[in-house]
Amino acid sequence: MRGNNVMGIIFSNLHENLISQLTELRTMGAVPFGGRYRLIDFPLSNMVNSGINKIGVITKSNYQSLTDHLGAGKAWDLSRQRNGLFILPPFMDPADYANRVKTFNSIMPFLKNSSEEYVVISDCDVICNIDFQKVFEKHVENGADITLVYKRGQLPAKLQNPTVLSFDSKGKVIDVLVDPSINGSCSFYMNIMLIKRELLMELVNKCISKNTMSFKRDIIQGEYKNLNVYGYEFKGFAPVITSMSDYFNANMALKDGDVRSDLFRGDRPIYTKVRDDMPTKYGLGSKVSNSLIGNGCSIEGEVENCVLFKGVHIGKGTKVSNCVIMQDTKIGSNCSLSYVVVDKDVVIRDDKTLAGQPSYPVYISKLSVV
Amino acid sequence: MYPKQEVVAMLLAGGQGSRLGVLTQKLAKPAVPFGGKYRIIDFPLSNCVNSGIEAVGVLTQYQPLVLNEYIGSGQPWDLDSMNSGVRILSPYQQIKGTDWYKGTANAIYQNINYIDRYNPNYVVILSGDHIYKMDYSKMIAFHKENNADCTIAVIDVPLAEASRFGIMNTNPDGSIYEFEEKPEHPKSTNASMGIYVFSWDKLRKYLIEDETTEGSEHDFGKDVLPKMLEDGQRMFAYQFQGYWKDVGTIDSLWEANMDLLDPNVPLDLSDESWKIYSRNPVVPPQYIADGASVQNSLIADGCDIRGTIDFSVLFSNVVVKPGAVVQDSIIMPGCVIEEGAVVQYAIVSENTVIGKNAVIGARPEDIEDKDKWGIAVIGDTLNIGAGASVEPKAMISKDIEEVK
Repeated sequence: MRGNNVMGIIFSNLHENLISQLTELRTMGAVPFGGRYRLIDFPLSNMVNSGINKIGVITKSNYQSLTDHLGAGKAWDLSRQRNGLFILPPFMDPADYANRVKTFNSIMPFLKNSSEEYVVISDCDVICNIDFQKVFEKHVENGADITLVYKRGQLPAKLQNPTVLSFDSKGKVIDVLVDPSINGSCSFYMNIMLIKRELLMELVNKCISKNTMSFKRDIIQGEYKNLNVYGYEFKGFAPVITSMSDYFNANMALKDGDVRSDLFRGDRPIYTKVRDDMPTKYGLGSKVSNSLIGNGCSIEGEVENCVLFKGVHIGKGTKVSNCVIMQDTKIGSNCSLSYVVVDKDVVIRDDKTLAGQPSYPVYISKLSVV
Repeated sequence: MYPKQEVVAMLLAGGQGSRLGVLTQKLAKPAVPFGGKYRIIDFPLSNCVNSGIEAVGVLTQYQPLVLNEYIGSGQPWDLDSMNSGVRILSPYQQIKGTDWYKGTANAIYQNINYIDRYNPNYVVILSGDHIYKMDYSKMIAFHKENNADCTIAVIDVPLAEASRFGIMNTNPDGSIYEFEEKPEHPKSTNASMGIYVFSWDKLRKYLIEDETTEGSEHDFGKDVLPKMLEDGQRMFAYQFQGYWKDVGTIDSLWEANMDLLDPNVPLDLSDESWKIYSRNPVVPPQYIADGASVQNSLIADGCDIRGTIDFSVLFSNVVVKPGAVVQDSIIMPGCVIEEGAVVQYAIVSENTVIGKNAVIGARPEDIEDKDKWGIAVIGDTLNIGAGASVEPKAMISKDIEEVK
C-alpha cells in the first residue's frame, strides 16, 4: 500500500565519531555495507516497504558521497511527483544541527508543511529489516503518543547514551534510564521511534524555549510520565555499529544464511543504487568458500570467509580470508590478507601480506596504494 | 514541437525467434536472457546510447509483454528524456484498416509519422537478435563521407560459412554492386550484419513506393535494398571489426554465452567506456558456501551456490544445492538445482526446478552417436522430477515426473 499517513525522518550523520576511519570521507549513512549497500539503504528501504513515501534525510557535513548515492531517490522509488525524497542539509550553519533537538527545530518548516499525521524517526547505524506497518498498528492499538522500538540483549559496549527502558505488563514505558551501568540483558532503545508529527513539533518547541537540548533526557526521559509511551520489541537481526569491530562482525554475520534471509527478505527487499556491473567472473583455479560476493568482481585467487563488494579483483595466487573488501579495490598476485577491512578503490600490489586480529581488524583507507 | 534529431534508430524486435523453441514461447527473441544478467536487446539499446543516439523506436509484435515491461520508461539506458528516448511501437488500427507488420520494411513504413516528427537526416535500422558492441556514430560518419544513400554493415566471415549469410559484393571503393542471399558459391566473405544506415528522405521515398508494389514482401533484404541497388542509389558496405554473433539458434545462443568465459574472445562486458546497461534485479550479493567449487564461470547477484559449477553462466537468484553439478550450461534467473542433480551442456530457462539426482544433457565425449548430441533445453517454470533424465538435444516444455 502506498500513501499512508506516515512520513519518515532519517538521521544520516549521527555517531560518526565511533567509526571515524570509515566516516572520514563520508557520512554515516554512506558507509558501505554487505557487498553492495550503504547503511542508509536499510532505513530508507524499510520505510518505503512500509508504505511511507515522504522521507526527509538529515545530513550535516561530508555528504557528497551520500547525495551521489541517493540522487533523486529513484532506486527507492522516491523520485515522485508528490512527496518522495527530501535531502535536508543545514540551512546555513552546521551548528544548527549540533544535536537532535536543534536539528528538529531547524527543519520545523519541513515538518510544518507536511500533512502526514505521524513521523517515523530512524538513524543509520542500526542495520535491520523492520516492518513499520506493524509498529504503526501496535501504536494505534495502544493509543500511544510515542512508540519506541527496542531490542533485548547486552548493551553494545560503545553505544552512545544508551537508553534502557522498563515496561509494565502492557508494554507501557514505566522507567527510562539514560547511560546506566548495566550488566546482562536489558531492553535498549534502537533510536527508532514513531510519534505524532504535531506532538514532535510541540515537544521540540518546548525544549527550545527552555533551552534544554537533550532529546533523550529532556524529551524521552523528561516526558514519558506525561505521555503514553510504549515500546515495540524488534526481534530480528539488528546489529548496532559502534566500532570498527562491530562493523566487521556485522558484515561477517551475513555469511549466515538465516541472517541473510532475515535481512534480505523477498517481500521487503533492500533497495540500493545500482551500477551496471557484469556478473562476477570466477577464473580457472579460483577457490571461493563461505563468502558473500557482489557483482562485477573477478576472482583468480582464493577467497575464504569474506565479504567482497562489487568490482573487486583478486589476483592469482592471492589468498584473502576473513576480510571485508569494498568496491573496486584491486588486489594483485601472491598477496595474503586476513582480518583486513579494505575501503573503496584501494590498490594492493603483488606479494603483499596484511594481517589483523579477529578482535581488531586492520583498516586500509579509501584510495590508498599498498 | 519535437527537437530535431540527426539520427533516429529503429530496432526491429517483433520476431518470434522460433528456432529458439521453448525459450521464446512466452517472450520475443530480443527479451531472451543473456550473459548472466542481460537480455539480448540490452546490446543494441546500449550501443545506441553509447553512440549518442537519443531517439530509438522499438518495433514489437510477437509476445510483447515481457519486452515492454523490461524496456519500461527506458530509464536504465538513459532513454527516458522528455521529448526523445525509447518508444515502443506496436502495430495499430488505422482508418484504412488494421494490419500486422507485414515485413521489416512495412514495420518502418507504418511508423513513418514517428520518424518524421524528429525530422532526422539518417535512420539506423537495427535488429534485436545480435550480441555485439558497435559504435554506430562511426558508421554514420562513413555514410556521410561517402555521400551514401544506404550503408550496410558487413563482417568478414570464413568462406566456408559465407553461404549462410547475405553476401555483399563490393567495388574497391566500398560501394556495393551486388547482393547475394545465401549464395551457393559466394564471391566474397562480406556478410551483412542486418544493420543499415539510410538517408531518411531516400528511405522514406522507397518505403512509400514499396508499400504499393505488387508482390513485394515488404522486406528490406528481399525488396527495398535490391530496388535501391537496381535504381543505382549509392550503397556502401561498412566493414565492422570486432565481436558479433547472431544468437538466433540454440547453439549460437549457447556459444555466445560461453564466449563470455573465454578471455580470448573480444567481448569485454566490464569495459567502462562502452557499458552494456540493463535492468538490475533487487537482490543481495551472491553467496558461495563452504564446499562449493566454482571454476571459470559467471555468476550473478542473488545466487546461493553450494555445489560444483564449471564453465557455466548463472543468472540472478539461482540456487545450487550441495552435491549438484552444473557444467557448460546456462541457468536463467530463479532456477533451483537440487542435491545431486547433474546439468551438462544445457540451457535451463527461468524459475525451473531440477529435482534431486536428475540428469540433464550430457557431455559430447560421453555420447557415441554424435548426431544425437546437442544442447538440452528446459523451458521456464517447470518441475523436473527427482531422478528424471533429459537427453541431450531435447527440448522440454512440460513438467517431468519423478522417477523412483
